[in-house]
Amino acid sequence: MADPVFIAVAVLTVGTAIISLEARELIYGAISLAIAMLGIAGFFLLLDAPFVAMFQIAVYVGAVAVLIIFTVMLVRTQALFTTKEDKKRKGAGIALMLIIMSSLGALLLTSGLSGQFGDFNSSPAVNFTEIGELMLTYYAPALIILGLTLAGSVIAALALARRENIAEEEQEEDEEQRHHERTT
Amino acid sequence: MSELLDFVIVSMVLVAIGIYGLVVKRNAIRMLFSIEIIVNAANLLLVAFSRGLPNAQGQVVALFSIAIAAAEVAVGLGLIIVAYRLYKEIDVAELRSMRG
Repeated sequence: MADPVFIAVAVLTVGTAIISLEARELIYGAISLAIAMLGIAGFFLLLDAPFVAMFQIAVYVGAVAVLIIFTVMLVRTQALFTTKEDKKRKGAGIALMLIIMSSLGALLLTSGLSGQFGDFNSSPAVNFTEIGELMLTYYAPALIILGLTLAGSVIAALALARRENIAEEEQEEDEEQRHHERTT
Repeated sequence: MSELLDFVIVSMVLVAIGIYGLVVKRNAIRMLFSIEIIVNAANLLLVAFSRGLPNAQGQVVALFSIAIAAAEVAVGLGLIIVAYRLYKEIDVAELRSMRG
């Protein structure tokens, strides 16, 4: 059976993943998503992959979670409180989740995967100098394309979020305000 | 004392939670959360099998996947901000100007 550290990390990850979807306020959801990402990093540590765990913490908890929290703060809070989901839809979603869980779980338990690779603690771990070697030799083209993709996506996000006619918008807002003052 | 099946089961539970969120939630940011949960479950599976085999390539692909997911979040949040600016709303059912 699994060890207590594994069970603790699993409960933390799954619990915060559920909270991140069900928390009433979106900002708490974002924070608990960050905690779920930390839990995944804990799994990576349990799997003897410290390099991937550090990368996960740096990218997900350091960058993605902060980005999401900033966006949640930018979007007006009133729009976030209006939850227009009906009970029927939610029930159907939960039923779908349980069906996926039970069918996939039954499939996994009967698949003979259990004990396939033995106990993790007895087999040798992957040496992470090997990761660096693979990245710079076999996966070098993929690494370059990844860099270009990241640069492209950052430029795309900036171009999307840019406000083109900010001076005109401010002028319109001023006029609206003046009109409002005149009428009241 | 943990084995591969434990990690696979946790990953499966996370995928199921993510699919539930994608089906039920109509808030665009919450749908992004669900996508993130599914991507992380996939990464967990990659690293778990990489540990079991053992083979370093699984970890390399997981690293690439994390970086691509960061790019995807940046673009997704940009789209959400644009949608909010245009419609004052991030409910995906209300964004219907491209509906046929």
